[in-house]
Amino acid sequence: MTIITRRSLIGVGAGGLLLSGCDKLSGSMGANDFVAKAERATYGWQRLIGRNALAPEYTAADLSPDFKANGSTNPKDDDYRRHVDERFANWKLKIDGLVQRPMALSIADLRALPARTQITRHDCVEGWSAIGQWTGPQLGPLLNAAGLLPAAKYIVFHCADNYGGEISKGGAQSTGLYYESIDLMDAFHPQTIIAHSMRGAPLTVAHGAPARMRIERQLGYKQAKYVMRIEAVDSFAKMELGKGGYWEDRGYEWYAGI
Amino acid sequence: MASVAETAIDTAPPLRAGQVYYRHRVITRICHWINVLCIGFLLTSGLNIFNAHPALYWGQYGANADDAKRWLEIGATDRTDGTPGGMTRVGPVSVNTTGVLGLAKGADGQPVAQAFPEWSTFPTNRDLATARRWHFFFGWLFILNGLTYLIYGLITRHLQDDVWPRLKELSPVNLWHDIVKHAKLQFPRGEDDKRYHILQKIAYGGTVFVLLPLMVLTGLSMSPGFNAAAGGFLPGVFGGRASARSIHFIVTNLTVAFIVIHVAMVILAGPYNQLKSMLTGWYDTGKERRP
Repeated sequence: MTIITRRSLIGVGAGGLLLSGCDKLSGSMGANDFVAKAERATYGWQRLIGRNALAPEYTAADLSPDFKANGSTNPKDDDYRRHVDERFANWKLKIDGLVQRPMALSIADLRALPARTQITRHDCVEGWSAIGQWTGPQLGPLLNAAGLLPAAKYIVFHCADNYGGEISKGGAQSTGLYYESIDLMDAFHPQTIIAHSMRGAPLTVAHGAPARMRIERQLGYKQAKYVMRIEAVDSFAKMELGKGGYWEDRGYEWYAGI
Repeated sequence: MASVAETAIDTAPPLRAGQVYYRHRVITRICHWINVLCIGFLLTSGLNIFNAHPALYWGQYGANADDAKRWLEIGATDRTDGTPGGMTRVGPVSVNTTGVLGLAKGADGQPVAQAFPEWSTFPTNRDLATARRWHFFFGWLFILNGLTYLIYGLITRHLQDDVWPRLKELSPVNLWHDIVKHAKLQFPRGEDDKRYHILQKIAYGGTVFVLLPLMVLTGLSMSPGFNAAAGGFLPGVFGGRASARSIHFIVTNLTVAFIVIHVAMVILAGPYNQLKSMLTGWYDTGKERRP
């Protein structure tokens, strides 16, 4: 039998009580929902003072020698594998939803559009960052060409990769398909581009070939890779778990400006 | 009018031994305790966030492959005898920190491989999403509370008169005198205890005017949205985002050092009287020390 002294019992008891109290707090839906209100404050404040401000841009000398590829780096999904095997010859980027003129762009169409090249910093939610150079057409003019309907409030990016994982947070009802969404202010921001090239070369599979989003005032998980479809919506409440993105469905903020 | 006020001060009898006086105004006391709550959550949720990428770099950027820029890392490694252990590296120095950092016992008694141990983080399990939500909520509260304290302190001249050091107080003789008094644990009593002495002013002023504002600014420097709004001034002024994250971590450590010393001094100087004054405002200056 283990002998437990009174003092050790008190010490462990007090520490344990504090810890289990903290976990009760962090596990409480009410408390979590309450502290989550800070996201509205951050979003509102950054929109108020930021408006269309540009993210800092860097020079070629600042580029990360080895830009970390994160999240899905080699999607296994059959449709995507076929596109890779066909070198994206039959790949089409759909732009649809609440638009007057839905469109589908081949990779050649995308490359033929006027492009913006930018050297920007990619900030992962985990804490690391990397500087990369991206080239691709701005999203805003494409949305104008498609003609957004007045009801459109958000732009959703549907991706080819099934990231699975994190069932403890997302629950089995989630498909695991990667998707993301942004508001119209970021959609029409000059630095929001559909990048088809990185450092002057076509995107590699690890970095999201054939096209990925760059939304430079938000964190890495907003930079959707393997984009297949861009959909204008009035709400994402009925989509997957309803939070507006793969990581949002797993507890992360929808507004990822901090 | 001024002469009347001066006369009033001049004619006020010197504080008698054991006399209580009103030391902390109500706004100061409320701000102090909200700050305790904020820093408690910010520190512990911050350690949980750190655990998501337990490495620090100098410069604009920093990730796994940037060995030359990385100056600190905490991790779990296999030790020479094959058992897993915790390792902390600062610059060229690697230290075995098994049981404390990198690898430590979790709530269920089993070793958990994460930088800061479960007992030190909020929530105790590794959960970046939850830690971030709590961190930013208390970040907002911390900023609003800090602004309230600073504006109120400036208007009432509490900061200028009681906290900001006078030039003559910074003389080496005065500094040395106060260091000796502290080393001997001779705390001021009576009339002498009605104002802060130079080491207290440096500790409180350094925290209020330097450390805590640096926490906010380096924190905002890590926000890509705020970087854009600030026109690149942040994180530029700190030498880049990775540097700002490093400074955020270092200043956290300095803040913890302040808290440890602050609490130790409260205990040494008489915890009942000190706590009572920060709760009720009324402070007992104690019996005058006779030379």
